[in-house]
Amino acid sequence: MLRRKLTLRAVAFMYLLMILVGPLSMIFWRIGKDGVTNAWEALIAHDTIHAFQVTLTIAIIAVPLNTIFGIVVSLAIVRKKFPGKGLVNAFVDLPLALSPVVVGLALFLLYGRTGWFGSWFIAHHIQILFALPAMVLATIFVSVPFVAREVVPTLREIGDDQEQAARTLGATGWQTFWRITLPSIRWAVVYGVVLTTARCLGEFGAVAVVSGSIQGKTETATLRVDEEYQNLNYAGAYGISLVLAAIAILVLITMTVSRPKEGTS
Amino acid sequence: MSISVRNVNKRFGDFVALNDVSVEVATGSLTALLGPSGSGKSTLLRVIAGLETPDSGTVEIAEEDVTGFSPQNRHVGFVFQHYAAFKHMTVHDNVAFGLSIRKRPKEEIRDRVDQLLKLVQLDGLAKRYPSQLSGGQRQRMGLARALAVDPKVLLLDEPFGALDARVRAELREWLRRLHDETHTTTVIVTHDQEEAMEVADEVVVMNRGRVEQVAGPVDLYEHPANEFVMTFVGSVNRLDDAWVRPHDLELTLDPGPGASEAMIERVVHLGFEVRVELVRGEGEPLAVQLTRDAAEQLELQRGQIVYVRPTRATTFS
Repeated sequence: MLRRKLTLRAVAFMYLLMILVGPLSMIFWRIGKDGVTNAWEALIAHDTIHAFQVTLTIAIIAVPLNTIFGIVVSLAIVRKKFPGKGLVNAFVDLPLALSPVVVGLALFLLYGRTGWFGSWFIAHHIQILFALPAMVLATIFVSVPFVAREVVPTLREIGDDQEQAARTLGATGWQTFWRITLPSIRWAVVYGVVLTTARCLGEFGAVAVVSGSIQGKTETATLRVDEEYQNLNYAGAYGISLVLAAIAILVLITMTVSRPKEGTS
Repeated sequence: MSISVRNVNKRFGDFVALNDVSVEVATGSLTALLGPSGSGKSTLLRVIAGLETPDSGTVEIAEEDVTGFSPQNRHVGFVFQHYAAFKHMTVHDNVAFGLSIRKRPKEEIRDRVDQLLKLVQLDGLAKRYPSQLSGGQRQRMGLARALAVDPKVLLLDEPFGALDARVRAELREWLRRLHDETHTTTVIVTHDQEEAMEVADEVVVMNRGRVEQVAGPVDLYEHPANEFVMTFVGSVNRLDDAWVRPHDLELTLDPGPGASEAMIERVVHLGFEVRVELVRGEGEPLAVQLTRDAAEQLELQRGQIVYVRPTRATTFS
């Protein structure tokens, strides 16, 4: 029995080591080998800092929008009855199934010169493609599911007894939401926001298609890694990757720490 | 304050939950809605509270037509079977909820909550969270929370259904005393006829979305309106065409006029009373209730042949 347990544990550990920890530690190792100075220079380069700013700007717009949308759509899916509910539920998951490159291409077609929306925006001199708007749209699209995926099961689990009780005690729908529903789902929302943020920071494929990767303009941090890599500046690529990896690890730690222990909520 | 429900209909898909239901609840009374599951009793209570919208019919509370009102404008106190405690709030904040929604001054809220917690015997537990309370304590908190806003009527949906028998009996008695002190018009939903008889002044018996009878506990037991009420309220035997209560059967060792033969299957001692389970001719079961002394005198044995004679029987045409 004990032996089997140990074997299982060893297998799980080896798998994680090979798939996750191995490649991550390679980044550290390569930076050490190719020179910390090179990596540092690439990191403080104007274009790199700008790339991080672009990534952050996108996240600051996309995360709140997707949080609000995620909560609203979860409430609709769990609490309301309406025709086409199953379809909405399925559509929320679509970005998980769809390759980001396809999302990028779809946006490209929609907002391009001959696209449905594209011609209108071009006629009004509003730049969508190869600019921040398209990048934000692409990022929003790929990070839509995470808040709803966390909130929906929690809403189902708590049921609507508490909300009904609040209503009979004189609370309006709005008061019920702020005082009862939101506090009850707060950890699910936090978890969803953290995952959404991580997804926004890491997005590559869809943004690559619609941004045009113009250095110092429409280049995000992940696009910058690719750029440095293509230019054979490996140290630079690893340096930026390291920062992105560090953010991801920080996100993971925040998530683990912030999630309440079993049975306290 | 009075409640009147008039000609209310409610369907859920094909299921008819309420079928032309009209009920009057007098000011200051304690009324029980009694019925088996699916009889519509909970739906009726939820219609009164505004938690369900009737397909047709009207609801009046304190002589005001509230049919179109949302729950928050009806000023009712509602107590849920599974407590519906606000899990992220302390006991104090749970009870204070209705008052803080009404933006009452802090000191007033604190005084009122203290007073209510004393009333439901939860003083000293104000800082606890619902998860740290027992089921009975949670339900008393639910009651205090409902009473905090001085509701026009108090509505309880199987409030003791999730509790164990001893706590249930305790709370039942306590609810009765509370009602005698406050005289808040109260409607309690229950499937337990004993609970309804013990607690209520008036019992509304429901079955398959309809009201079968409205009467006081004594009348309901003594003069049931139909077979359903007769069989649902208290135990009963079918003796040919008549219905006979187990305590309205006389048991003798010798045959007599009007007595029929039966065989003892089981003798169950329930403290003060003894229940004798018999079978008659064609294998029809029959239960007789005796006092312990009467049973001892007869020295009843399993397999023994005895004679039963109804002292009081009811027939419905």
